Amino acid sequence: MFTAILAMTLLAAVLGLLLGYSAIRFRVEGNPIADQIDALLPQTQCGQCGHPGCRPYAEALARGEDEINKCVPGGETTLLALADLLGRDPVALEVEEKPPAVALIDEQTCIGCTLCLQACPVDAIVGAAKQLHGVIASECTGCELCLPPCPVECIRMVPVVTDIAHWRWPYPRPVPRHHQDAHASQREAA
Amino acid sequence: MTEYALILIGTVLVNNFVLVKFLGLCPFMGVSKKLETAAGMGLATTFVLTLSSVTSWLVNHYLLVPLGIEYLRIIAFILVIAAVVQFTETLMRKTSPVLYQVLGIFLPLITTNCAVLGVALLNLQSEHTLVEATLYGFGAALGFSLVLTLFAAMRERVAVGDVPEPFQGSAIALITAGLMSLAFMGFAGLVSN
Repeated sequence: MFTAILAMTLLAAVLGLLLGYSAIRFRVEGNPIADQIDALLPQTQCGQCGHPGCRPYAEALARGEDEINKCVPGGETTLLALADLLGRDPVALEVEEKPPAVALIDEQTCIGCTLCLQACPVDAIVGAAKQLHGVIASECTGCELCLPPCPVECIRMVPVVTDIAHWRWPYPRPVPRHHQDAHASQREAA
Repeated sequence: MTEYALILIGTVLVNNFVLVKFLGLCPFMGVSKKLETAAGMGLATTFVLTLSSVTSWLVNHYLLVPLGIEYLRIIAFILVIAAVVQFTETLMRKTSPVLYQVLGIFLPLITTNCAVLGVALLNLQSEHTLVEATLYGFGAALGFSLVLTLFAAMRERVAVGDVPEPFQGSAIALITAGLMSLAFMGFAGLVSN
């Protein structure tokens, strides 16, 4: 009987030592998942997800603390990429997708205070103090972050009209998903 | 050499652990919703199965038999399997963190995958040598991965298909598994062991 106890203790001790060694040998530094998520995000640092930038949002996603549908500039493309990476079911975008728009500065009212320059996450507004500011339409993501700081409310959003110059083929429709609750019940059954 | 090939073909196709012996059904149903995840799970299980098949053979022949404590076989094997799974988990956390997160609870649950203990015990029952035990474990794992991957690919198709209301979800998955098992019966008689 003592042989048996001794043998099992020995076996457990040897395996335990091996595991302990492998835990030290293969230690994981930092959070590699957050890095991968961060690479998928558009890096506009717009803060519309409720986090102070793309990196904090990526870390919250890696911890599983937030939904994957918060990124407005990324839109559906980012949402699907995140769903694919994290193996979660795609959910509808939190904010309904607004028609693409660009900011436009009213030249009559702008006082050249540079406040909107500092707010713009993508540096799409050019200008200097006491000079009229202008928006680079091709850089503007339509995030509306420049609207609140403007003291004279001279910025408004102009929807991008679809004309011959701007029209492009629509993205293919996502695969219809009408079995989502069926998936949930399957997980319980397994 | 021929007998080794026969062991491999026999365990992968003829006596497939999932579809013929009905072992390891939990991950078969649980991790087969996405092809990528299923392939990852197959890889992890292959690693665990082969390694634990060898280790349990060694433990049995060099520890349990000489000391005359074969009655502790199951406990000793479970100990070995748990250690191997834990090792796999550490390794995967390092090499493929996303897969680690996607597999989630199913990774530690390989410990309770009855196919793993089944292989270790069947090795003794059929009095395999070390090489045979290695091949048997590897073949069983290969068969498991094959069936899991095929099944996941089919379920991905079925998920977007127009399935009648009463058959949606688990029902159609089980029917698919049954049909697959029938199809694998076609291999019976290919190798007679």
